[in-house]
Amino acid sequence: MTAPVTLTGLNHWFGTYHALRQIELSIEAGEYVTLLGPSGCGKTTLLSVLGGFVQPDEGRVMIGTQDMARVAPAKRPTTTVFQDYALFPHMSLRDNVGFGLRMAGQGRRARHAKAEEMLDLVGLAQAASKRPHELSGGQRQRVALARALAVEPEVLLLDEPLGALDLALRRQMQDELKQIQRRVGTTFVHVTHDQEEAMAIADRIVVMNAGRIEDEGTPQRIYRQPRSLFAAGFMGEMNQIAAMGTGAALETPLGTLPVAASGPQTLCLRPEALGTTGSLPLGTAVVKDAAFFGTHCRAHLAPEAAPEVILTAHLPPGDVPPPGTRIALAVAPEDLTVFPA
Amino acid sequence: MKALPWIFLAAMGVFIYLPVGALVLFSFQGGTLPVPPFNGPSFQWYADILGDRDLMAALGHSMLVGLGSSAVATLLGFTAAYGLARHHLPGTTLMRAMLIAPLCVSYLIIGLGLLIMVQRLGLGLGLSLGTAGIGHVVINLPLCFSIIYASMGAQQLSAERAARDLGATEAKVVLLITVPMLLPAIAAAFFLSFTLSWDEFIISFLLTRFDVTLPVEIWSMLRSGLSPRLNAIGSLVFLVSVVVVLAMETLLFGKRK
Repeated sequence: MTAPVTLTGLNHWFGTYHALRQIELSIEAGEYVTLLGPSGCGKTTLLSVLGGFVQPDEGRVMIGTQDMARVAPAKRPTTTVFQDYALFPHMSLRDNVGFGLRMAGQGRRARHAKAEEMLDLVGLAQAASKRPHELSGGQRQRVALARALAVEPEVLLLDEPLGALDLALRRQMQDELKQIQRRVGTTFVHVTHDQEEAMAIADRIVVMNAGRIEDEGTPQRIYRQPRSLFAAGFMGEMNQIAAMGTGAALETPLGTLPVAASGPQTLCLRPEALGTTGSLPLGTAVVKDAAFFGTHCRAHLAPEAAPEVILTAHLPPGDVPPPGTRIALAVAPEDLTVFPA
Repeated sequence: MKALPWIFLAAMGVFIYLPVGALVLFSFQGGTLPVPPFNGPSFQWYADILGDRDLMAALGHSMLVGLGSSAVATLLGFTAAYGLARHHLPGTTLMRAMLIAPLCVSYLIIGLGLLIMVQRLGLGLGLSLGTAGIGHVVINLPLCFSIIYASMGAQQLSAERAARDLGATEAKVVLLITVPMLLPAIAAAFFLSFTLSWDEFIISFLLTRFDVTLPVEIWSMLRSGLSPRLNAIGSLVFLVSVVVVLAMETLLFGKRK
C-alpha cells in the first residue's frame, strides 16, 4: 500500500521555540524522500508530526485523502523505524515482526507466515526464533524495518535509521533500503543529517534549516543548482567567494564573470568543478599543497590575482602537482552558483 | 595491614553466619536444651513442630499475609511508578516523596496508627490478618515503587512508543510491553516484599490476636524459655527465605545469561 502525503501551513512551537515554520510539502505515493538537515533543524519534529507523535499547533497533514494531524499514531497508516530500533527484547524476531498484525487481530498462523515472509525480505529468514540481543546492529535495523513494513503501511517513516551503523554497513543498508522500497512500493520518508546518505537513496531531498524548508528537489539538482546558500553549503564542500554584482556582470577576486547580478553576492564553486578544462577561465593559481585521495587529488590553490583567497579543488587523480606548480584555472559556466550575500 | 581483610572476613563469619549455623545445628539436638554438647542428630523437634497445629496455622497465616500483601504492594508500586514515569502530573515530585516517605517511619508507629484506626472504625479483630496485611503493604509499597520506578528507562519508553505506532492500545502496551520488559524489577520487588513481610514482627504483633503470624507465634513460644523447637522453626523460616532468594536468582538472573 502507498499513499501521497501533503503538508500545508504546518507550524509548531516547543514553548517559545518555533520548531516548524510554515512547512509546505507534497510527497507523491511511492516516492523515497529524505529530510536532510543539521541537528535541531526540525527534520525529526516533522517526521514525528507525520507519525503522530507530535500534534502540530497549526496546519494540515493529509495522508491519502484524510487529514491526520490530530489522529493518534496507532490509528494512522504510518509506521516508524526508530533510530534506536525499539525492538521488543522479550520477544522472538517472529513475534516482533508480527506484533502489528497481532494488534490488528490476525490469527497466530497468518501473522507468523507474514512475519517470516518479511524476515525473508530483509534476509533474516533463518533467525526467526532468535531474540533481538542475539543480533548485530545491522540485523536489528533490518528487523525494525521488517516489523514496520509487516503491517503494510501507506507511508513508512525512518528516523536516522542508519545512524548507529559503521560506514561500510551503512552503505550496504542504503542500497538494501532502496531496493526494498522499490519492491514494496510504499512511500518512504527518511530523516538523516548525512548528505551522502540522502543522495544515495532519495528520489527527492528536502533540505531543512531552522524549522524551514530551504530547498527540495532531486539530488542532482540540489547538489548542482542549490536554491539557497545554506543548501549549497550543507550538500557538500563549497568554495565561497565574496563578490559584487554590477548588473550585467559579477566582479570577483578572480576576475569579472559574465553573471547577471547586482549588489554584494557570494560566488559558490564545488571543489570538483574547479579544473583546467572549463570554458570560463579564472586566471592562474599556485598549488599550495596537494594530497592523493584515490578518486581525486585534493589541492589548495592560491589564485595569483587574489592570493589571500584559498580555493579547495579536486583535480584528476593522475599526477599530484608539487607545491608551487602554476595551474590555469577554468570552470564550466553551469557549475557557478551565486547567492545574495 | 595484610591481616585486616582476614580479620574482617572472620568477623563477618562470626557475627553473620555462626549464629545461623548454631541455630540450624541445634535444631537437630537430641536433648531438650539447644546448648552444647551436641548429641544428635535427631529429627524429633522437626516432628514435634510439624505436628503442632497452632504453629502450622501460624506458618500458613504468614504465607497468606506475605503473598497477599506482596502482590498488592507490587501492583500498587507498579501502577504508581508507571503513572509517575509516563505522565506529567501536577505535583509529581510531592507524590513521589509521599510514596517513599513511609520508609522513614518506624514500624512501631505504623502499627500503632493502624491499630488506633482499626479500633475507631470498629472493625474488631476478626480481620486481624487483613489489617496486618495492610500494614505490610504500607511498609513494602515504598520499596516496590522505588525498585520499579528506578528501572523504568528510555528503553521501555521507546519500545512502548513503537508498540503504539504498530496499533497497540494503552492496555496492550502495558500488558505486552511494559510489564514483560520490567519483569525482573517487578519480581525483585515482589520477592523482597515477601521476605520482609515473612519475618515482620511488630506490626503483626500489634494487629493480630487469635490468628497470628509465625513471628508472633515464635515470640509467644519464647516466653516459655529456650527449646530446640525454636531452633527447628527458625531453621524452617530460614529455609523459606533461602528458597525465595534462590528462586529469584535462578528465575531472574539465570535467564539473562
